[in-house]
Amino acid sequence: MFYLLGTFILLFGFLSVTTRHIFRAAIYLLFCLIGIAGLYFALAYEFLAAVQIVVYVGGIVVLVLFSIFLTHRSGEDLPVPSRIKEFIVFALAFIGFSLTYLILNRSGMGESEAPAVAPTVQNIGAQMLDTQSFGFLLPFEVVSILLLAAMIGAIVIAIKDKAIPSKSEKI
Amino acid sequence: MHEIPINHILFLSTALFFIGVYGFLSRKNMITMLMAVELILNAVNINFVAFNKYLFPGKLDGLFFTIFIIAIAAAEAAVAIAIIINLYRSHKSIDVDEVNDMKY
Repeated sequence: MFYLLGTFILLFGFLSVTTRHIFRAAIYLLFCLIGIAGLYFALAYEFLAAVQIVVYVGGIVVLVLFSIFLTHRSGEDLPVPSRIKEFIVFALAFIGFSLTYLILNRSGMGESEAPAVAPTVQNIGAQMLDTQSFGFLLPFEVVSILLLAAMIGAIVIAIKDKAIPSKSEKI
Repeated sequence: MHEIPINHILFLSTALFFIGVYGFLSRKNMITMLMAVELILNAVNINFVAFNKYLFPGKLDGLFFTIFIIAIAAAEAAVAIAIIINLYRSHKSIDVDEVNDMKY
């Protein structure tokens, strides 16, 4: 099951970065993210899988799709990058991958046999809002402020400014 | 013991990370670059979850890091797309090569 999911994720991830059609790239990304949610299910992290589906599949991919609709004429293909650049980038990525994987293979991971804490919603919530022992209350609050700031920032950046004519009109 | 060796999960996340790097470097379009960044962030998330499950099963810290990374990725995507739409309004293009006003 894991190997099926792994092939699914890698296949759609690769298709997403190589296809010349931007709309299809977003759809392949969607499948890749769903595959990752399935991987979290296979690792028994159900809450994380739910968060992955809600935030990534339901949020970010939809946002990307909307921005594609806003900025592209449909049926327009992306330009093909030059052969030599594509080859160099592929070689770089492949060398990086091989180096990382060689180092990973050499280092023996000391797998722990400690009794596992179940990643249930109850445990997660208790630790996240805990102020005492290794609680995550401060990052939780900081992230909530970050989200508010990002929301306001996004609105301010994307707001339509009628007073200033756009650059292409000036030219 | 676990039925899936940790090295196989790490192979998956490493491959996904470098697929993202390949996409980020080979594309010119800002939206596809943003999608490649999402792939990279997801590879990191898989790593955190695998390390949490296999090396530190008595804690939930990797899970929290993953949740916070997902939240920050959502904020990052929202701001990036706002910038992209603003750039498209003023330049009628979202290619990184054609939007180089601030370069010099």
